[in-house]
Amino acid sequence: MSERSNLRLLVLAVLVLSLLGTLVARAYYLQVMEGAEYRAAAENNTVREVAEPAVRGIVLDQAGRPLVANRTTVVVTVDRQVLDQQPNDGAAVITRLARILDTPRESIADRLKTCGSEGAKPPPVCWNGSTYQPVPVASDVDTQIALSIMERRREFPGISAKLEAVREYPAPFNANAAHMLGYLGPVTEEQLEAQGDGDDRLRRTDVVGRTGLESQYDDVLRGKPGITTLAVDTAGRVTGTLEERDPTPGNYVVTSIDSRLQSVVEQQLLAAIRRAQEQDYAGKSGAAVVVEVDTGRILAMASYPTYDPSIWIGGVTKKQFKQLIDDESLSSNAYQGQFAPGSTFKAVSTAAAGNDNFDLYGIYPCPSRMKIGTQVFRNYESNAYGPISLTRALEVSCNTVFYEIARRMWQEAGGPDAEVTAPDPVAESARTFGLGSRTGLDLPGEASGRVASREFKYDNWEAKKDTWCRNAEEGYPETRKTDPKLADYFTALDRENCTDGYQWRAGDALNAVIGQGDTTVTPLQMAMVYATIANGGTLYQPQVAKGIVSPTGDVVEVFDPVVTRRVDVSKKTLRFLRNSLPGVTTDGSGKTPFLGFPLGKIPVASKTGSAQVTGEKASTSWFASYAPANDPKYAVVMMVTEGGTGSKTSGPSVRKIYEALFGVKGQTVNPRDSVLVGGSPQDALPTVRPDGTPVSPKGRGSGVADIRAAGSSS
Amino acid sequence: MSTFMRTDPSVHTLTRQSGYWRDLDWILLIAAVATTIFGSMLVWSASRADMASDSDPQSYLKRHVINIVIGVVLGWIASRLDHRWLRAYTPIIYGVSMFLLVLPFVPGLGTTIAGARAWIDLPGGLTIQPSEFAKVAVILMMAVLLSEKRDAESEPRDKDVLLSLGVALFPILIILVQNDTGTVLILGSVALSIIAVSGARTRWVVGLIGGAVVGIMVAIQVGLLKEYQVQRLTSFINPTADVSSSAYNANQARIAIGGGGWSGYGLFEGPQTQGKFVPVNESDFIFTVVGEELGFIGSVVLLGLLAIVLWRAVMIAFRADDMYGRLVATGIVAWLAFQMFENVGMALGIMPITGIPLPLVSAGGTSMMATWIAIGLLQNIRLHAVRAGV
Repeated sequence: MSERSNLRLLVLAVLVLSLLGTLVARAYYLQVMEGAEYRAAAENNTVREVAEPAVRGIVLDQAGRPLVANRTTVVVTVDRQVLDQQPNDGAAVITRLARILDTPRESIADRLKTCGSEGAKPPPVCWNGSTYQPVPVASDVDTQIALSIMERRREFPGISAKLEAVREYPAPFNANAAHMLGYLGPVTEEQLEAQGDGDDRLRRTDVVGRTGLESQYDDVLRGKPGITTLAVDTAGRVTGTLEERDPTPGNYVVTSIDSRLQSVVEQQLLAAIRRAQEQDYAGKSGAAVVVEVDTGRILAMASYPTYDPSIWIGGVTKKQFKQLIDDESLSSNAYQGQFAPGSTFKAVSTAAAGNDNFDLYGIYPCPSRMKIGTQVFRNYESNAYGPISLTRALEVSCNTVFYEIARRMWQEAGGPDAEVTAPDPVAESARTFGLGSRTGLDLPGEASGRVASREFKYDNWEAKKDTWCRNAEEGYPETRKTDPKLADYFTALDRENCTDGYQWRAGDALNAVIGQGDTTVTPLQMAMVYATIANGGTLYQPQVAKGIVSPTGDVVEVFDPVVTRRVDVSKKTLRFLRNSLPGVTTDGSGKTPFLGFPLGKIPVASKTGSAQVTGEKASTSWFASYAPANDPKYAVVMMVTEGGTGSKTSGPSVRKIYEALFGVKGQTVNPRDSVLVGGSPQDALPTVRPDGTPVSPKGRGSGVADIRAAGSSS
Repeated sequence: MSTFMRTDPSVHTLTRQSGYWRDLDWILLIAAVATTIFGSMLVWSASRADMASDSDPQSYLKRHVINIVIGVVLGWIASRLDHRWLRAYTPIIYGVSMFLLVLPFVPGLGTTIAGARAWIDLPGGLTIQPSEFAKVAVILMMAVLLSEKRDAESEPRDKDVLLSLGVALFPILIILVQNDTGTVLILGSVALSIIAVSGARTRWVVGLIGGAVVGIMVAIQVGLLKEYQVQRLTSFINPTADVSSSAYNANQARIAIGGGGWSGYGLFEGPQTQGKFVPVNESDFIFTVVGEELGFIGSVVLLGLLAIVLWRAVMIAFRADDMYGRLVATGIVAWLAFQMFENVGMALGIMPITGIPLPLVSAGGTSMMATWIAIGLLQNIRLHAVRAGV
C-alpha cells in the first residue's frame, strides 16, 4: 500500500480520535462541571395537563328521537399564556376584543381572573380551570364576528374562536320530561375530592349531571376528555407538547320513554289540573305514570308543575333558581312526591284480606258509618249499600266493608295492647307490593313513601315522646296567654300522646285500610302495585333507561327487566283482584269517565281514590288502572293534589291516555292510530348511524322537523 | 504470496474452513456485542415509559432484539462472503440499493417520519430505511472502482475518482431531496475519506474538502432559509406555538444529560427520560438516556465501547492485504465515526439536530442491520488479510 494511503488513513484515525475526545470533553463539561445546574433545571421541569371535555352523549326516546341533544355554539377563548407576553399584559387586546364582542371590557377582564386570586369575582364569573387552558369569555358568538377575529390574528394574539357543544332539548311533540332528563351543573368540590387521579377524572371546569338521567348515567354520557400534556418550565412557560390524546365522545342513553306518549300524558295531566281548578279546587300539583306491566319500563312519566329544562343551559341565575324553588317545580311528584293513596290502596287491602283468609267471595255489610269508641268512620258521602260482595265493595269503594275487615284483623292481633311485632296483614301486604321502600327506579332522589303500622307508630312515639311529655308538663304557656282554651286542648292532646302515643288503635287500623292516615305512596309506587296485579304478581323494578348505544351505532348494553320480587300474595287472591277491578270501570266509581269507551274491545281495570288530607279543602284525586284487563299491557296512574274525586278529575285524563295508547277513535280501536309507532313499544334499541345520528320514525312519528339537526354535533 | 494464495483455491478453502473462529477479530466482536447489549438496555429504559399503557410494555424491546438477531445473522453472512464474489456483485448491490432509495417517492410506498420521506412501508407494519443500506452500497462500490485495474502502489486515475465521486453523489442528491441532512453529511465524509485513503492526488482531496466547506455553507444558508419559511408556515397555522420544537428538543436533551452528573439517576430512574420530556429518546436522542440515568461514567463507558469498535476498524483498514479491503474498512470507519459524532454531538448540543441513529445502540431495524453488516465486512477483510499472511 502506498505511503500516501497509509498517511491519510493515519490522519483519519487521528481525526476520529479527536472527535471522540471532543465528545468526552463535552460530556464532562455538561455532566460534571455544570451537572448541578442541569439537575436543578430537570427538577423544575414539570408537566401540565390540559383537558378538553368530550362531547356528551345524547338521550333518546324508545323510537330513537333525541330528548336531550347537543348543539354547537361559537365560543371565544383567551389564552392567558399568550396574553401575558403582550405589552401591558395584553390590555389593548382585551379592549379590542370587548369592542368587537360589544361587551364591557370589565366583564372579559373579570372572566380572566383565576378564582380566589386578588379582585376575582365569585364563580361562575371567575375562571376555575387551569392556567394553561384557554378561558372561554363569550359563547353564542355570531359567526361573522368569530370569523373576523380569526382573520385578524395579529390584532388578537391568543384569542381564538372554536365550536363547543352545549345541551339542547329538541322536545319532540313538545314533550317536556324535565324531571326525568335532569340537568347539568358545575362539578362540586365533594365530587372532585371523592375521585381518583386517572386521566378520565373530573376537572374543575367540567359539568356533570346533577339530577335525572343526566346524573344517573353521568359516567355513560360523559365520555373521556382529550388530554394534552405540556412541558412547562420554572417560570410557568410552556416549552413543548409531550402528548396529545383526542377526546372520546360519550355514549347515548336510550330510554323506554315514548316522547309522543309523554306529550299526551303531560297534556292530560295539565287537563286534569285544569279540571280540578274549574271545580274551584286548588289543583296545586299532580303526576302521571305509564308503565309497561311485563317489564317495569316507564313509557311516560309526568309531573306538574314542571319547568323548561333549557333554563339550565349555561347555568341558572340566582333569581331563576329562586323562582324554581318557589314554584316547587324542581322535584318530580311522580317519584319524589309522597301522597296518601286513598281508596286506590284498597287493592292492597283486599290482598291483605285474602292473605288473612277472609272469604273473598263472601257477603259483607256496607252501612253508611261505623262507630269505634267515640269516633265515627263514614263512607264517602255517607252512602250505604247493604250486604254486598267484596267485588262490589271495590266497585263502589265501600269504606265500611274494609273498616270491618281491618277491625277484625286489629282485634285478632291483640287490639290496643298488641305487641309492636303483632301481625298486621295490611302493612305486610303494602310492603310486599313495594310500598314504604324505594322502587329502585334508575333516577336519583326517589322517595320511599311510608306504610302506617304499629312499628311506625311506636318509632314515631319514641322520637317525639320527650317533646310531647314536656309540652304536656309545661301546658303551652305562650299560647295560654292569648287563648287558654286552645292551650288546654293542646295540653290534653300531648298528655295523651305522651302516655300512650305508641298505641296502634282501632282508628289507626281503620284509616290505614282505606289508604288514609300515615300511609303515603309515590304515584310511581302505585303504578307498580297495579302493574304487579296486572302481570300476575311480579313486582318489577321500574326503569327509564333501556340501553346504551355508542355514538358510532354499536349497542353497548341492554338493560333487561329487573324483578324485585314475586309478591307474597296468593294466585287466587290476585285472580280475584283481576276479576273484580274491571267492574270498577264498568259498574263502579270509575264508570263515568269511561262512558263511551270501547270497554268491550279494551277492558280497563281501575280503582279510584279520593284521599282526605288534613288541612286541605279538596281530596287528592287518584285514578289507578291497567289495560287491557284481559291481557294487561300498560298500567296508568294519575294523581292530582287538592283535585277532588278520582273519577271526576283524573279519570277522564286516564281515559284519554288509553285512547292514545291503543288508538281508540270513538268505538273503533286501530293500533295504527296509536301514538306508539307500530302500536306498541319497540323491542330493539333504535338504530344510530355510524356518524352518530339516531334513526327516528319518519313522517308523523318523527316529532321534530329535522332530526339530523337535532343529533349530536360530534 | 498473496497472489499464490488467491490462485490456489484448495489451500484457500482449507484455511477458510479451519480458521474462521480462530482468526476473527474477537475484540471487535465482543465490543460490538457489548455495545449492542448496552444499547438494548437504553432502548428498554426509553421505551418502557411510552409503552407503559400498552398491553405489552416490552413490545418495543422485543422488536429491537429481533432486529439485532437479524442484523447479527446478516453480519455473519457478510463476514463469510468471498471477495471475488462480493466484488463481482457489488454493482448489482449498488443498483438495487439505489432503486430502493428512490422507492419512497413512489406514492403509497413511502412513509414520512419526522419530516423526512425516507422509509418504505412493508406489510405487517414494518418499515425499512433504504438510506442505511445505501451507505454500505456506496462504500462497496467506491472501493471497487478505486481499487480496480491497478496495483496498490499507484494512485487512482482521475477517471476512476470522478466515477466513484458520481457513485457517492447520486444517493447524496436523492437523500438531500428526502430532507435527511444527517445522512448526507455522513455519506460526504465517507466519500471524502475513501478517496483520500485511495491515494488519489492531493488536489482531489484539497478540492473536495474545499467543495464540501462551500457546500456546507450553502446548505446552512439554504437550511436557514428553510427554517425561516417553516416558522412562518407554522406560525400561520398556529400563532400561539412560539416554541420551536428543535430548540425545545435540544434544551431538554441538554437538561437530561447534564442532570445525570457523575453517576446518573440510575437505570429506569431518569426523570427526563421516564417523564418523556426528551423526544425520540429510543433512537435519535438515545444518548440522553445513558447521560441522565448512568451519568458521565456511563457516557464514557458507552463512548469507550464505540471507540474500541472504531479502533479495531482502523486497525483492520491498516492491515488490509489489498486496496479493496482497506477502502471498505476506511469507509466503514468514516461512516461509524461521523454518525456517532453527529448523533452524540447533537444530544450534547454541539451538532445541529438531524434525525440519525447511534450505530449499534439506537432502536431502528435498518440501522441495526446495516451496522452489523459493516461489522461483518470488517471481519471479512480481517480474515482475508490473516489468510494472506499480512
